[in-house]
Formats: sequence, structure tokens, C-alpha cells
Amino acid sequence: MADTTTPAIRAIGVHKAFGSLHVLKGVDLTVMPGTVTVILGPSGSGKSTFLRLINQLETLTGGEIDVNGEMIGYKTVERRGKQVLQTLNDKEVAAQRAKLGMVFQRFNLFPHMTALENVMEAPVHVKHMNKHEARELAAMELNRVGLGERLDYYPAQLSGGQQQRVAIARALAMKPEIMLFDEPTSALDPELVGEVLNVMRSLAKEGMTMVCVTHEIGFAREVADQVVFMDGGVVVEKGGPEIIANPTEPRFKDFLQHVL
Amino acid sequence: MAKKEIDGEGLDIPNRIKALPVRRTGPIVAAVIVALFAAMLIQGLVTNERLDWPTVWKYLFNENVLNGVRYTLELTVISMVVAIILSVILAVMRKSINPVLRGVSWFFIWFFRGTPVYTQLVFWGLFSVLVPKLSLGIPFTDVSFWSIDSSVVVTAFNAAWIGLALNEAAYLSEIVRAGLEAVDSGQTEAAEALGMGRTLIMRRIILPQAMRIIIPPTGNETIGMLKSTSLVLAVPFTYELQFATNAIANRLYKPIPLLLVACIWYLFITSVMMVLQARLEKHFGKGFDARPVGTKGKQPPYDPPYPGRSDGEQRDDVAKLNQATFTGLNA
Repeated sequence: MADTTTPAIRAIGVHKAFGSLHVLKGVDLTVMPGTVTVILGPSGSGKSTFLRLINQLETLTGGEIDVNGEMIGYKTVERRGKQVLQTLNDKEVAAQRAKLGMVFQRFNLFPHMTALENVMEAPVHVKHMNKHEARELAAMELNRVGLGERLDYYPAQLSGGQQQRVAIARALAMKPEIMLFDEPTSALDPELVGEVLNVMRSLAKEGMTMVCVTHEIGFAREVADQVVFMDGGVVVEKGGPEIIANPTEPRFKDFLQHVL
Repeated sequence: MAKKEIDGEGLDIPNRIKALPVRRTGPIVAAVIVALFAAMLIQGLVTNERLDWPTVWKYLFNENVLNGVRYTLELTVISMVVAIILSVILAVMRKSINPVLRGVSWFFIWFFRGTPVYTQLVFWGLFSVLVPKLSLGIPFTDVSFWSIDSSVVVTAFNAAWIGLALNEAAYLSEIVRAGLEAVDSGQTEAAEALGMGRTLIMRRIILPQAMRIIIPPTGNETIGMLKSTSLVLAVPFTYELQFATNAIANRLYKPIPLLLVACIWYLFITSVMMVLQARLEKHFGKGFDARPVGTKGKQPPYDPPYPGRSDGEQRDDVAKLNQATFTGLNA
């Protein structure tokens, strides 16, 4: 087990700009191992960007993010007696990403592969697991998300909720220590949201460290250990799930009034 | 979509509608007219003595003609295979983060697409005159470990396929690039998040999906190539189908029947290629044309809904409904 004193994720003064657009303006956040953090906020508040930074799908403009105490994206090296940052190479980045699983709003399943092949892909080609073992692992993971009967279906033959559950199984098959969810239910028909939240709920009960960007306030209230409200590229308010019932910041109050 | 299915066959629909189809006279009139024209055309083709069908049949399987068919096929297959491999490399280079590789790819396409293939073939034919010796050594010095006469390597046949392949690669690489760019960027992100490297993503995720888009125009190009092989006369390489039939025609003073011989063979090879293309499209289309019954064309909605549809109580109910399925997780 990971020790419980080192934060799973620690963000210190994170800034991100796309060209002249300043998206994140100094975000500080700590996520402890085995906890669920839910990030709420209006569109354009930078919450998805923050999640993508953790998984290095975007590069940091300023600040630092540590995963399990290790700085991501860069390493400190000595040049002419001075400590400077150097960008990590592809292999080092891949090694850091291996600790993180990510689930996307638009599923991003590989359409030319069946559900089983989607889940097997990374274990076979990244971890070089033999195909037989990988098949068993994939079947187990799919079973775990309730799709044991749909192993040989192509993504196009599955409903949105089923596709998203395959995506979760695909991420879990790499045995990540932390799962990142980027609006996992926002692209789903209302009646399919429940099945995905259910899987996430079960994962949380298992003690998985999770960071979820979502609009599901009910899920946040029920499952979150930490609730973070972001707006305009900064963390406006954070605390336990009880802050949803008793928000102090006016902007958070206003947001909750619109969504509840 | 081979056989016509009746909707809801076997289902109990008490008020099933049985109606006569719409009466249409237009299509019937059109069909009669078209059939009439077709019959006239066929009658003309069969009875026109100047087309000289007996000569056509006599030379259709002539030894020189068959030899021409063989060389035409060899040239087409070799130059297309080389062109396809080269074009993928060029397209990937074009998207590389390395500016030198991008530049080389751009230059290659600019040059080989921008000059006539006939001219290029003449140059390849003259290669052994322009560059008499090929040698392996240290560049810009006289040190040479190994050398060979160009005329041994760049024979007429080799010059022919090299010329065709390089020209074709320039065209194909643009097709490949279009295919690569058509694959959703979310695919790359998902693969990166799984820890896959750039090469692996290209090979396992992007290329297989791009193939679907690349194959139809590549089929076009292959058929184009089949006929472009007649240009290798410029090298000069003189054994392919067009030249072979033309030579016989000149000997007999009968150009028309021999042109028909060439046409029949080209059409035959093209037909075989079309069958192969259809199979390839089916292979790389897997997962894309597969849709469950009744959801044809249905896509998940991508617009994020208005935040806050979530209702704690209702969600709990859904949770209970599904609980049985997820017991494995809690165990």
C-alpha cells in the first residue's frame, strides 16, 4: 500500500496559458491517497485543463505538480553547478503516466477494436503481458464493470454508458494508483448516467484514489472526501462534502443555485 | 444489405398494413429506353466487321500478349507496394516534430508531383549514363569500400518500377496524410494516457483507422498505375501489355483488334483489383459499419448537458437497480 502521509497529488501554484489565454491562475490542491476529490465549476473554469495537466496531456506553464511525491513532466538536473529543470523524455513521461488512469468525456474507445481488445491493448503492447494473461485480465476488468456479456462487441454496438464503462475497465487494466475522470457522464443520455456513477462509486469504496471533474452534485455529496469549486482559473472554495449544503463563497452559492 | 428484410417479421402486429406499391410509369419507360440503347450497342459491337473479333480471339492469349500482361502486373504490383511503403514514411515524416524530416518530405512531394512522370522515367532510363558507378564510401572523399556499375543495378525493368514508384509515392503520401489527419485527436490522447509511445500509437491506433479512409483513393491510384505502366516506354522498357499489343498491331496492320485485346485485359485486371479492394475495405471497416439493430446512425450526444440534472434520490434508485452487476467490485 502507498504510505498515507505523502499526497497522491500535490499541485503548487499551477498556471496554464494557451497562447494569450490565461486558463489557470495559480491552483493549489492536495489529494491524499485513497480519497475522492470532486472538482466542480462552470464551463471554462479550467477544471478539465487542470486534470489534463496532471496526466501530461498539456504542459505546465508555471508551478509544479507532484504525483506520489515525484515531480511530473520535469526533472532537476545540474548544469554548470546550477540546479535547472529538464523536460522528461517520452519514456519517462510514459512511466509517470502508468500510475494514472484517465477516463474521458467522449470515451475515446478505439473503434476498430472490440471491448476486449480495447482493454487488452495497453497491457499487451505497453506492459508486454502475454496475450493469454491479458485476455483473462481484460475479461475480469470488463466483468467488474458489468460488461462480461459484451466482450466481443465493437464500441459502435454499445450504448454510451456501456462504452464509458469499457473505458473505465481499459484504464483499470493498467493497474493505476490514481484515476482521473474528466466529465465521465456529460456525454451520456440521462438514463445511462447511473450505471457509470455506480462503477465509480464502487471504485471509491475499494479505496481507489480518484479525482473527478463532474456536474453530478449528488455524486459529489455522496462519495467525495474533498469538494473543490473552481471558477476563473482559481480554486474558489474547497472543503468536505458538507460545503455543498453550506457554501460560504457567493460565487459557489450562485453556481449551486443554478445546478440544484 | 443483400436480401430485403420485412420489418417486424414474425411479430404480432394485428393491424399490419398491406398496400400496393406506388404506381410509377417513369422508371418503366426509362428502363425500356436504356435497354433498347444497350441492345443496339451490343448488336453494333458484335456485328461490326471492322472490329474483327476473330483476330481479337486469336491474339487474346498470344504468347507476347500474355507476357505483356505479366510484366504489366509485375510493374503495377512492385511499384504500388514500394510506393505505399514510401508514402506512409513520407506522410509520417511530414507530421514529424523534426523540421529536417518535414522539409525532406515536402521537397520530395514537391519535386515528384511537380514534374511529369514521363520525364522522370526518361531520366531513370538515362541513370546509368548520368551516374555510371554506384559506390559505398565516405562522402566527399575518394575512399570507397564497394562499388558497382549502375547499368547492372538500374536495368530497364528496375528503372521502370523505380520511376513509377517514386512518382506514385508523392501522390499517395498526400492521401495517407489526409487519412492520418482524419483520425480524431481523442484517440491519440486516450492511447497516450494508457502509456503508449508515439510509434506504437501510430502503428496500433492511428494507421488502422486511417486505412479505412486511405483505401478507396488508393484503389483508384492502383488502377491508374495499371494504365500508367504503358508509359515505361520512355525508359525504354518494351515488354508491357500496351507495347506488346501495339507491336503486333503494327506487324498485322490491324490496330483496332489489338487495342481491343489490350482493353479486355486491362478491364479484366481492373475487375480483379476491385474485388480485392472490396475485401480490404471490409477488413479495415470492422467496428465502423457494425451497429446494433435499430440504432443505425445513432451517436452519443456530445454536448455537455446543462449542469445539475443530478438528483441525489433518483441516482440512488438507479444505483440499487444495477447493484447486482457490480457485486464483484465490493467483494
